[in-house]
Amino acid sequence: MIRVEGLTKDYGSRRAINALTFEAQQGEVLGFLGPNGAGKTTTMRILTGYMPASSGRATVAGYDVMEESLEVRRRVGYLPETVPLYTDMTVFDYLKFMANLRHLPDAEARIDETLELVGMADRAGGYIGKLSKGMRQRVGLAQALLHRPEVLILDEPTIGLDPGQVVEVRNLIRDVGRERTVLLSTHILSEAQQICDRVLIINKGEIVAEDTPSNLQMGLEGATRLLVRINGDTAALLEKLGELEGVQTAKPGAEKGEIELNLATREEIRPEIARAVVSGGFDLLELRPIGMSLEDIFLQLTRDNSAGGKSKE
Amino acid sequence: MRNIWTIASREYKHYFISPIAYVVAFLFLATVGIIFALTILNANDSALYYPSAPDASSVTGPMAFLLLLTSPALTMRLLADEQRMGTMELLLTAPLRDWELVLGKWLGAFLFIATLAGVSLIFPLILDILIDPGIDKGVLFVGYLGVLLVAAAMLGLGVGISAMFSNQVAAFFVSLVIFVIMWWLIGVPASLLPNGGEVFRYLDMASHFYESMIIGVINLADIVYYLSLTALGLFTGTIAVEIRRWR
Repeated sequence: MIRVEGLTKDYGSRRAINALTFEAQQGEVLGFLGPNGAGKTTTMRILTGYMPASSGRATVAGYDVMEESLEVRRRVGYLPETVPLYTDMTVFDYLKFMANLRHLPDAEARIDETLELVGMADRAGGYIGKLSKGMRQRVGLAQALLHRPEVLILDEPTIGLDPGQVVEVRNLIRDVGRERTVLLSTHILSEAQQICDRVLIINKGEIVAEDTPSNLQMGLEGATRLLVRINGDTAALLEKLGELEGVQTAKPGAEKGEIELNLATREEIRPEIARAVVSGGFDLLELRPIGMSLEDIFLQLTRDNSAGGKSKE
Repeated sequence: MRNIWTIASREYKHYFISPIAYVVAFLFLATVGIIFALTILNANDSALYYPSAPDASSVTGPMAFLLLLTSPALTMRLLADEQRMGTMELLLTAPLRDWELVLGKWLGAFLFIATLAGVSLIFPLILDILIDPGIDKGVLFVGYLGVLLVAAAMLGLGVGISAMFSNQVAAFFVSLVIFVIMWWLIGVPASLLPNGGEVFRYLDMASHFYESMIIGVINLADIVYYLSLTALGLFTGTIAVEIRRWR
């Protein structure tokens, strides 16, 4: 539903995005993660037909974003980072204006339905200028959902919402994402973890990682590290565990009674480790893989993406 | 066409909640009304110099001039404000062609001026009652056609200029300066130059109205002139919106 190949955008001599290539399928929520200025908004603006790319190709809902921009715009719902609202209009009038621009046949029924969906049914007659930031965000979301778009592109959709509203909006995006293609940008990693089927980490205009949140979390390092916690002193056990087949190194962990093991294999060797601990006369309290948090991965990848390498499936 | 109407009707309605539009409407109608009243009150005195009854030009004349001052106030925010508020992103990602957006904005402003012109018809109507056997309807019709053409051209240029700015005050002053040049200053080289003054005379915005339409004369050249300026303004606006996409 979204296919991007070698997409590049230059602002004068500055390259905002460099040869981006990715895809998002129907029924998928794709998260776009990256620090400020990474190129997320630029990419979204190109995909929504707001601005042309310098080179490369992108199709949305089967239409080329540059050659068939109007067809793309008919099929995309877009919530920009700065929610574009006419503060002098009522919520209903604003949505009616957007419905007219989109030539929706049953505009009023659609507006009612959409307001219900975003939990704003009781505020239809209120002036947008008088609404709180969170409510304005929901009106913006209603505008993006109004025409039941095939593709939904949301730039920082939960920014400025209170915790309760954040949960509601995330649930809404997850529901919408079951049938449609959703591309959302965020720099809240836990948000990406909760609602995205796949995340794409972008830094300095380039994709530095692309995977499911859990795969990313398992990461290159995380899959091969284990934490062992025993009751007692770890010194005597360190050497024994270090000699086990498949274990590369064994070192004391951060807390008393903890040992961190770096494994040389991805095979399951936890039973052998457990047996070694127990046969050594120690009480085994805990044995679990240590995954890097998405935060760790994000920081590592965005700190130096030239040295960070790619972890594409 | 539907998109143009959607944009135009929003703009038209917006004027009725905008303080600037009310100030413009008040100044426009009050000034025309005062000049009209003075014309009638002095009709007997001036009959010595102008041995004819006042006609619709006593209304259309000041109206055309007032457009010079009021139309920049009506067009300044049309596209500049969309840019400032971030709603341009909404419009440029809606299934709407750039020229439809610009034309819709212009039409909204034009309908507002047309409404003011419609209200001002009360003055010629009064004149028609006061004068026996009534005013010349031809002069009235052509005069109002002229006013609408001047409005169309000024609003067209104003929309074009508004599209180039994010600051509506800048859009206002640039429009005003251009109108002052085209209304007054461009006529100066026309009268000074021994040769080649015709080009400046043709470009003079005021002469196409005050030398013909105000007295009820329809010249195709005048109509083409005002429509060309309108088209130029709208074209400039569309290109400016297009350029925004590339920046």
